[in-house]
Amino acid sequence: MSSATTTENDLLEESQAAVARAREAGADDAVASFSTGRSVEYVYRDGQVEKVQESTSKRLTVELYADGRYSAHATSDLRPGPLGKFLADAVALTRVLEVDPHRVIPDPALYEGRADVDLDLVDPSIATMDRDQCLALLGEMDTAAHGDPAVISAASHLQFSSSESARASSNGFAGVDRRTAIVNMCEVTIADGEKRPEAYAYGYAAHRDGIPGAAELGELTLERALGRRGSGKGDSVRTKVVIEREAAASLLGRVFGALTGGAIQQKRSFLADKLGERVASSILSITDDPHLVRGLGSSLFDDEGISTRPRPVLEDGVLRTYFVDTYYGRKLGWDPTTGSPSNLVVACGDKDLDGLLAEVGDGVLVTDWAGGNADLTTGDFSFGMRGNLIEGGAVGRPLSEMNVTGNYGDLLERIVALGSDAYPYSTLRMPSAVFDGVQVSGL
Amino acid sequence: MTQLLAEHPYAASFDIDEAVISRVLSEATARGAAFADLYFQHTVSNSVRLEDGIVNSASTSVSRGVGVRVVQEDATGYAFSESLEPDAMLSAARTAAAIASGGKSIEPQEIRVHDVADHYAVRRDWEDVAATEKLPLLQTVERIAKSLDPAVEKVSVAWSDSDERVLVATSEGAIYTDRRPMAIIRLSVTAEKNGERQSGMSSLARREALDWFDEERLRTMCQEAVDRTMILFEAGRPPAGEMPVVLAAGASGILLHEAIGHGLEADFNRKGISIYADLLNKEVAPEFVTVVDDGTVEHERGALNVDDEGNPTERTVLIDRGVLRSYMHDRISAAHYGVAPTGSGRRQSFRHVPMPRMRCTYMEDGPHTYDEIIASVDHGIVAETFTNGQVQIGAGDFTFFVKNGWLIEKGKVTAPIRNVNIIGNGPEALRNITMAANDAKLDLGGWTCGKEGQGVPVSQGIPSVLVKSLTVGGTDE
Repeated sequence: MSSATTTENDLLEESQAAVARAREAGADDAVASFSTGRSVEYVYRDGQVEKVQESTSKRLTVELYADGRYSAHATSDLRPGPLGKFLADAVALTRVLEVDPHRVIPDPALYEGRADVDLDLVDPSIATMDRDQCLALLGEMDTAAHGDPAVISAASHLQFSSSESARASSNGFAGVDRRTAIVNMCEVTIADGEKRPEAYAYGYAAHRDGIPGAAELGELTLERALGRRGSGKGDSVRTKVVIEREAAASLLGRVFGALTGGAIQQKRSFLADKLGERVASSILSITDDPHLVRGLGSSLFDDEGISTRPRPVLEDGVLRTYFVDTYYGRKLGWDPTTGSPSNLVVACGDKDLDGLLAEVGDGVLVTDWAGGNADLTTGDFSFGMRGNLIEGGAVGRPLSEMNVTGNYGDLLERIVALGSDAYPYSTLRMPSAVFDGVQVSGL
Repeated sequence: MTQLLAEHPYAASFDIDEAVISRVLSEATARGAAFADLYFQHTVSNSVRLEDGIVNSASTSVSRGVGVRVVQEDATGYAFSESLEPDAMLSAARTAAAIASGGKSIEPQEIRVHDVADHYAVRRDWEDVAATEKLPLLQTVERIAKSLDPAVEKVSVAWSDSDERVLVATSEGAIYTDRRPMAIIRLSVTAEKNGERQSGMSSLARREALDWFDEERLRTMCQEAVDRTMILFEAGRPPAGEMPVVLAAGASGILLHEAIGHGLEADFNRKGISIYADLLNKEVAPEFVTVVDDGTVEHERGALNVDDEGNPTERTVLIDRGVLRSYMHDRISAAHYGVAPTGSGRRQSFRHVPMPRMRCTYMEDGPHTYDEIIASVDHGIVAETFTNGQVQIGAGDFTFFVKNGWLIEKGKVTAPIRNVNIIGNGPEALRNITMAANDAKLDLGGWTCGKEGQGVPVSQGIPSVLVKSLTVGGTDE
C-alpha cells in the first residue's frame, strides 16, 4: 500500500501507546487520539501577495476515566519527558474531581458495525499544489474581483489542508480518519459615498473540484458588493421573507443545538419532550447522513468512536431523533445515538431562487446575517440582516441596518416553500426558503 | 533596563540561547526583509466544570511552540513550529522567508532582553495552584446560586485559568518577555416557573490570582446571573424599529468595540476598507466623547505588558474630545503611516500572525447623570446586558444582541425586555451620542474578540450614554 497507510498505522500505534501509558499512570480507562496536519494559506490583495502561511502540526488528546471520575487533556509538547509528566499529572487531576456515576467509556458494542463505504474524503492532488499554481488561481480571482472602477480593495484567499487522526481506546476502539479540505474566498470593498460596503463569497470542499472557479468566485463577490450600493433601511413590517440558501443554512443551523442530549438534560432546549411530534412545517424533512460521499461532515465513526449511520431528524416536520452521546444518554436514561450532527441533508423543492421570488411577489429577501443571537431555552432569536426588497417577484433595492426577530418554535412552522438549490459549502445542505409572516425591523 | 538572554529564566523554559536566535533570524531574513520576529509561547490552561451538583470534568491543555514571521513591504511570510529543536525552527524560518524576493538581508544584531512594566503581577502563578484549591469556588458558586431563588432548576459553573509565557525576539536584536495570567469563572442558570423556562449567565474574568475570586465577588456574580434570569419571565419583546437607546454603564462598552473600535484598527484603514479611513483628525463625535484603548489598566482581561510583536503597551487615545486622533497599530501599519506602534499588535497564539487589535476599550465620563438621560427619553429602551456583537468594517453597520433591558416610557423605566438585536451605523451612532453620564465603569465579564479567525481577550467599559436613534429588533404584535 501507499506510504500514507504506513503513517496511519504509526499514528494509531502511537495512540495505542498513549492509552497504555495512561493506564500505567493509573487510569481505569483511556481514549487517546494523535492528530497531524499540514495547512497552507495564501492571501492576495490588489495584485500582490499579502500573506503566505504554511505549517505542520501534531497534537495528542487524551480522555481519562479513573475511580468514576473523568477528564480530557490536550498537548502539543510531545517530547518524551514532558509527555510522561503530562499524562501523570492528568491522571492525578482526574482523581481529585468528584465521582460522577454517569461518566463511563462508551459501550464497545457501539463501535461495531462500522459501515463499509468509501467516503472519498482525500484529494491527493491537494498535497501537490505549489506556490505558482496557487498564485495563478489567486491572480485570476483578483482580476475578476477588480472588474469595476468602484472597487477600493479586493482580497483573494486560498487555504488547503491535509489531516490525519488516529484514535484508540482501552476498550478496543481503533480508527483512523484522513481528510483534505480546500477553501477559496474573495472579499471586495467598493466606494459608495461615505460608506465602503463590502461583500464576500467562498467555497469549501474536500476536493479541489468541489469549490467554485477562481474567476467565477471573484465575479460573484464583485456582483454582491456592487449590489450593496445605496443600501438603506426598509419599513418595520411583518411580511413574506425569502432567505437565500447560505443565510438559511446559518439560520436553521442554530436549531440543532437544541437537539443535543446536553441541551435536553440541562433544560436548555425549546425542543425538549417533542420526539414524535410535529415541530416544523410539514414540507421540512432533514436527514443526518454521515456517509455522504465527499461530505464535509462525513465520518465512519463519531467523536466517541460510535459507528455512524444515517438517520432521519425531521420527517414531514415531525421530530425523529435527538443527538445523544454516552454521558448525557446515561443522565437521561436513554440509549446514545450520536453526540452531534454530521451532514444534514434537507429535502429540496423544485424551484430555484428566482422561481421562489416570482412566487412570493412582494416581501423581503435576506442574503446575509449581521450579528444577533438566539436563546435556545426559549427559541427566541433576533438577527441583523442584509438583503433586498422583493418587488413584483424580482430583486429590488438593497436593504441594510435591519433585524429579523421571532421565535424558532413559531418560525419553523412558517416555512411555506423550499428551493432546489441546496447549499454545498456547509454541513447543513439547506436550500433557499420562503417564510410567511416574519417580523423585520428597520424604520 | 536590559539583560543578557542567558540570565533570563525563559532561556531555559524555551531551551534557547543567543546563538540559536541569531541563526534562526538570519535564516528568516536570508532572502531579504524589512524585519522578522520569533514568537515563543508556552501556555498551560486548566479548566474545571460543575454540573448537576458535581464537579464532573476537568481538562488541561499544553501549547508550546514558536512562530516565525518575515515582513517585506506589506507582505508577510509565516510559519510555526511546535518543536523548538534548532532544525525545526530553521525549517520554519526558511518557509517564512519564501515570501521575500531578494534585497538586503539583516545583519545579526546584539541581543538584549528589555524590561517592561508589569500590569498584572500576581502573588501566585496559576502553574502553582492545584485543582483541589479551585473546586471549592465552583461548589460555593453553585450553593449560592441555588439559594438565591427556589425557581433555579439547573446550575452549571465553568472555571478556567491559564499561565502563559511569551518571548518575542526581533531582527533588531530586542527581546521582550511577558508572563500573562488569566482566570475566568462563568455561571449559567436555568429557572422554571409555571412550566416556562429561562436561562441566564454571568461571568468574572481578570488577569488575577486565586485570592481575587473571593466570596463577595462570587456572590455578586451569582446574584447577577439569577436576577438576569428571573426578570426574563416578566420580559417581552420591545416594539420594532428606530428609537432612542440608552446604553447602561459597563458592558455597553460593546458599542465602542463594534461601532468604533474595529474600524480604527489600522490594518483596515491602511487597506482603505474601513469606513473611518479618511476621518483622522476630523470631528466624529460630540465634544464630551473621549474614547481610549488601553493596555495598561491593572489586571484587566485586555491588559498587556508588551504586545505580541515586542512593543511595550500603552494608553492610546482614539477619540479626544470628539476628534479622531489615532488608529491602533501593529508594526506594519505603524511603518505605513510613519508613526510609532501603539502596542496593539496581538495574536491568538504562536500559530497566528499578529495584527492590530483592541485591548481594554472604554469611554471616559460625560457631563450628564443617568437620571437626566432616562428623563430625557419619551419612548425608547435601556440596554443592560449583552451576549455578542459584530461589525461590517466598510459599510460601518454594527450590531449587538441585548439579553436584558427595559422599556422607557415618558421619561421613566417601565417594563423589562429580552432577546433583541440592535443595529446601527458606526459614524452615525457616534454623532448621535447626545448624552453621556458620569458613571463610567469597566465590565468584569469575560469578553473575547474575534477577527479573521483569531480570538484574543479584551475588556470594555462605558458610562451610561444615550444614542438618539438605533434600529431595535423588536416585534409589532
